[in-house]
Amino acid sequence: MDDEVKKEIILENYSNPSNYQKIDDGSYEKYNTNNDSCVDNLNFYIKIEDNIIKDLKFEGEACAISKASSSIFTDNVIGKSINDAITYIGEFENMIDQKPYNEDTLKDACCFCDIYKQNNRRNCAYLPYRGLKKYLENYINK
Amino acid sequence: MNRSDFPMLDQDLIYFDNGATTFKPNTVISSINEYYTKYSANAHRGDYDISYKVDLKYEDVRDKVKDFINAKEKEEIIFTSGTTMSLNLVASAFFEKYLESGDEVLITKTEHASNVLPWFNLANKLGIKISYIDLDSDYHVTIDNVKKAITNKTKVISLAYITNVIGDKRPIKEITKIAHENNIFVVVDAAQAIAHTKIDVQDLDIDFLAFSAHKMYGPTGVGVLYGKKELLDEANPYMLGGGMNESFDNENEVLLKSLPYKFEAGTQNIAGVIGLGAAIDYINNIGIENISVYESKLRDYLINKLEKISFIDIINYEADGAIVSFNVDKIFSQDVAYYLNKYNVCVRAGNHCAKLVKNVTGVTNSVRISLALYNTEEEIDEVVNLLSDYEKIRNEMI
Repeated sequence: MDDEVKKEIILENYSNPSNYQKIDDGSYEKYNTNNDSCVDNLNFYIKIEDNIIKDLKFEGEACAISKASSSIFTDNVIGKSINDAITYIGEFENMIDQKPYNEDTLKDACCFCDIYKQNNRRNCAYLPYRGLKKYLENYINK
Repeated sequence: MNRSDFPMLDQDLIYFDNGATTFKPNTVISSINEYYTKYSANAHRGDYDISYKVDLKYEDVRDKVKDFINAKEKEEIIFTSGTTMSLNLVASAFFEKYLESGDEVLITKTEHASNVLPWFNLANKLGIKISYIDLDSDYHVTIDNVKKAITNKTKVISLAYITNVIGDKRPIKEITKIAHENNIFVVVDAAQAIAHTKIDVQDLDIDFLAFSAHKMYGPTGVGVLYGKKELLDEANPYMLGGGMNESFDNENEVLLKSLPYKFEAGTQNIAGVIGLGAAIDYINNIGIENISVYESKLRDYLINKLEKISFIDIINYEADGAIVSFNVDKIFSQDVAYYLNKYNVCVRAGNHCAKLVKNVTGVTNSVRISLALYNTEEEIDEVVNLLSDYEKIRNEMI
C-alpha cells in the first residue's frame, strides 16, 4: 500500500469514523478499552447473536490512530462469526509483529502495516483489537 | 542560560518536558561518576578510608539540603527515592498513627496522583474523609476557599506548592498560618516547585515537605522528605532493616536509631544523594531567584505567542510555575505531541497523572510545555512556528 494512500485512509477514518456512536440499548453489551500509557479511552457496544457479531459501535476519547483503527476495525468485524473475528485479530497481530499476514482478511487495516516502527503508535492502532480479544475470551468462557 | 553545562543539549532537540524530569548538568554526572570510580563503598561503615569518605559526602549533602530549604536541623532531612515515596512515607508512618475515623484531609482536584492515592488509601484503612478545597475560575487555591473548606474535623491539608498541570503556586505561608491556628498539619508536595522557586520551610512553617532530585537537575531515584523534628520523632519507621536499628534481640526488644536514620533502612541511593548534592550546588551557583525570574519571563514570552494562535486553547493563562497547558482545536493532545516529535520537540500529552483535574477544568487531556533554565526564546519561536500551521499539524500528526 502506497504511503499516501495509507495516510488518506487513516485521515478519512479519523475525520469521519464509521460506527462512531454511543449506544443506550439493552440488546448491546458495553466494554471499555484504554491505553495505560496515554489517555485513549474508548467504549465499545457489541451485539452478538448466534455467534455472529451483528453490530459493533464505539465512542470516547482517542488519538487519530486509535480512532481511525477503531473505525476500520468495526467495519471489518461486523458480520463476522466469533471464530472469524478471532482469526482477523490474529492476522492484525501478525502484521504489527512483522510476521506474514493475509492482506485480504485485513483489508483497509493494512494501512497500519508500518506502525510497528513506532511503539507508542503501535499500541494505539492495536487498542480496538486488544479490547475485543479480551471481551471475546470472557464471552467464550461464560 | 547555561546550555553548555548540559550534554543532552548537544543533540538536536528541544526539550519542553521539564515537569517530567530535567536534564543533568556535567557537574551532577561527574559527581556520580566520581563516586563509582573513586570511592565506591557503603556508608556508615567507616572502618576504612573510602567508606569514611562516603559518610562525609553523604552527610554533607544532608547539610546542603537543610540549607537549601532552610530547615532548622539536619535530622529533619530524610533521603527517600523521590516525592512519591516521601508522600507515602508521611501518610503511612505519621498520619496512619495520628488520624482517626471521621478526621478529614483537605486536598484539591488538581493534585498529582502521589498526593491523592496515599490519602485514599488511608481513607479506606482508617475511615477518614477526603475533602476538596474549591478552586477559583483560574483553578487556583484562595485563602477564602481554604477557610471555607476547614471544618472542626480537618486534621491535614496536603497540597502541591506548584501544580503539575495548572502550574499555579499556592499561598502556602497563609495556608499554614490558618491551618496551625486550627491545629491542622500541612503537607507540601514540592516536586514541581523545588527547581523554580525559593522554599524556606521555616518561613513557610511547613510541617512536611516532599521533593525529587530529578526534577531539579539531579539524578532519578532519590528525593527528600523534610519533617519538623518533633513530628518525625513521633512517626513510626516506614521500612525496617539494616542501618535503622540500634540493636535487637527478639521481637520485643528492637531499639531504633534516632533521626534521620530511623527512616533510612537498607543501603541508600548513595550515588543519587551525592548527585543531589551536586544539583543543589549547581542551582545555588546560578541562584534560585535568578532561575525564577528567567523562567517567568520565558513563560510570558510563550503565552504571548501562543495566545495569538486562534486555534490554540490555553488552559492556564495565569500561573507562576513554568508550565503552559493547552490544546489544539479538534486535535487530540497525543497527536500534537506526536507531530512535534517529528521535529525533535519533546512535550508531554495526556492527563499528567492528575486524573481529578478533568472534574474542574472539563478538559481530560492536554499538551503540556514545562520550561527549565536552559530553554530559550529561540526554542519557543521554533515551537510556536510549528504550532501556527493548522493544516501542517493535521497532515503530519499521523
